[in-house]
Amino acid sequence: MRTDERTAPARTGSTSRRVFLRHVLACVLGIVLLYPLLWMLSSSVKPDRLIFSDTGLWPSEFDFSHYVDGWVALDFPFGLYMVNSLIIVVLSIIGNVLSCGMAAFAFARLRFPGRRTFFAVMLGTLMLPAHVLLVPQYVIFSNLGWLNTYLPLVVPAFLASNAFFIFLMVQFMRALPKELDDAARIDGCGSYRTFLYVISPLCVPAFATTAIFTFIWTWNEFFSPLLYLTDPELYTVPLALRQFMNAEGLSSWGQIFAMSTLSLAPVVGFFIAGQKYLVDGIATTGIK
Amino acid sequence: MTTSTLERTSRRPQDPQGPAAGRRRRTRQDWSGYVFLLPWFGGMLFTVVPFLWSLYLSFTDYNLLNPPEFSGLDNIRRMVADTTLHHSLVVTFTYTFVSVPLSLAAALAVAVLLNKGMGGLRIYRSVFYLPSLIGSSVAVVMLWRAIFGANGIVNDVLERFGIATQSWIGSPDTALGVLISLNVWTFGAPMVIFLAALRQVPAAYYEAAALDGASRWRQFRSVTMPLISPVVFFNLVLAIIGSMQTFTQGYVVSNGTGGPSDSTLFYNLYLYQQGFGNFDMGYASAMAWLLLVIIAAFTAINFLAQKYWVHYEN
Repeated sequence: MRTDERTAPARTGSTSRRVFLRHVLACVLGIVLLYPLLWMLSSSVKPDRLIFSDTGLWPSEFDFSHYVDGWVALDFPFGLYMVNSLIIVVLSIIGNVLSCGMAAFAFARLRFPGRRTFFAVMLGTLMLPAHVLLVPQYVIFSNLGWLNTYLPLVVPAFLASNAFFIFLMVQFMRALPKELDDAARIDGCGSYRTFLYVISPLCVPAFATTAIFTFIWTWNEFFSPLLYLTDPELYTVPLALRQFMNAEGLSSWGQIFAMSTLSLAPVVGFFIAGQKYLVDGIATTGIK
Repeated sequence: MTTSTLERTSRRPQDPQGPAAGRRRRTRQDWSGYVFLLPWFGGMLFTVVPFLWSLYLSFTDYNLLNPPEFSGLDNIRRMVADTTLHHSLVVTFTYTFVSVPLSLAAALAVAVLLNKGMGGLRIYRSVFYLPSLIGSSVAVVMLWRAIFGANGIVNDVLERFGIATQSWIGSPDTALGVLISLNVWTFGAPMVIFLAALRQVPAAYYEAAALDGASRWRQFRSVTMPLISPVVFFNLVLAIIGSMQTFTQGYVVSNGTGGPSDSTLFYNLYLYQQGFGNFDMGYASAMAWLLLVIIAAFTAINFLAQKYWVHYEN
């Protein structure tokens, strides 16, 4: 900081030109990155014949019928798929925050035999490719009669199965002053009430990061629903979108773009609303 | 640490049970830790049991309907001879070793660009980060299919320059390249981590380097790179592990076939076809374990190679 101030007067011209150049570069890059998304948005309100012929972002002719037609183009109205996705998302958020929060509290703030070993195992599962567990888990879930239910998608969230979130919360809880626990103990709080009334309220930012990431990942999740849901009535949004590709072929890009836009809107919305938590969250733990 | 010990020591005289109680408290165990870990223990049951079970299934012939039948090394022999499997490994390696360096290089370059004295950093950071949140969603993969299709915008632009056009998605030579471009598009996640790391580099180091006459490039090479190398390493390890497990992109772009001509047949897509298309669960388990071994090997190589380029301050 101080360096900048000291050298600034000597080279004002070149420094400001450099900053300006950086802005130009960053803006160009931003436009290139967002162009595909803006093109999709614009194509969703263009008549089909103009989608691939009129490359401009501002439609020369508006046509909102893709939203109306796309909504009812599949077996069930698109709203049903969104509600299905939402049910899974909400349950996953509750499960992840609760179960990962509890596990993180144990790892970060309590002393008990085996803690280091369990923590190492937890870190080990971070690197474990999910497909190694795939076949046996599928067999277990199908023997439990859980195929074509949301249980295989939701129950793991309640069992602290996402080590990323545990790790994120452990990092956060470790940064809280140790004296808080001591003070709570003197006031007669056991570890349960310390967790509920002292640590949890301070961890709201970490919980929020977990909730937002859970929302975005679960909303986009394709593989598990593909595996466990075969009844179209239970389909989530990504499964429904894929059906457009199979059923309609390449004839109805307008409808595909309209429903794709609807499917991405909640993610982008949540991202804009929760940027602070998200960006700080990845900066400290490095999760995607 | 020191403060809490001090506090405990000073509290000891007021403790009704005397000094001994204080000493006992220091080594006190919170058995409630196990209660807090109960859900996690349950989850581990769903992890450890399947983990070992799938290792066993790797040596069996299993189609879900009949009980697994021990088949010795048959699955391994089959993997050695399975040319489609070899091809899917080539696809996955190509994808990983082209797109990971490209996206990390882009992430680092943009992080350096944004790092020094720019207004609007938060806005840029968010715009660049957004793609990595949706890069593996079905909607975006379908969008890429449209952009790089025969009539897509990429061809529209190329036509203006008179370059002969083709469907980038429909041609086996270019389909994987399209997916690589999609992965590079999501460079924002490592970029945010690089930005955080760049901020930790003390300004005084650059000052000293500048006094010694180091150029900007030299400063980057000799000051920035060594100091952020642990973070680059961390991102590299995570990105390789993630890319080796790519599935959705290949599935959606080819409707699950891995086409055209198996050019987007990622390893995990082939595994899925074997396990849930042919219900060849034993073979699918063996494939999953092979991938685990490959990923572990790459991670180990990464950790061993650390000493040549990763710099730890302490």
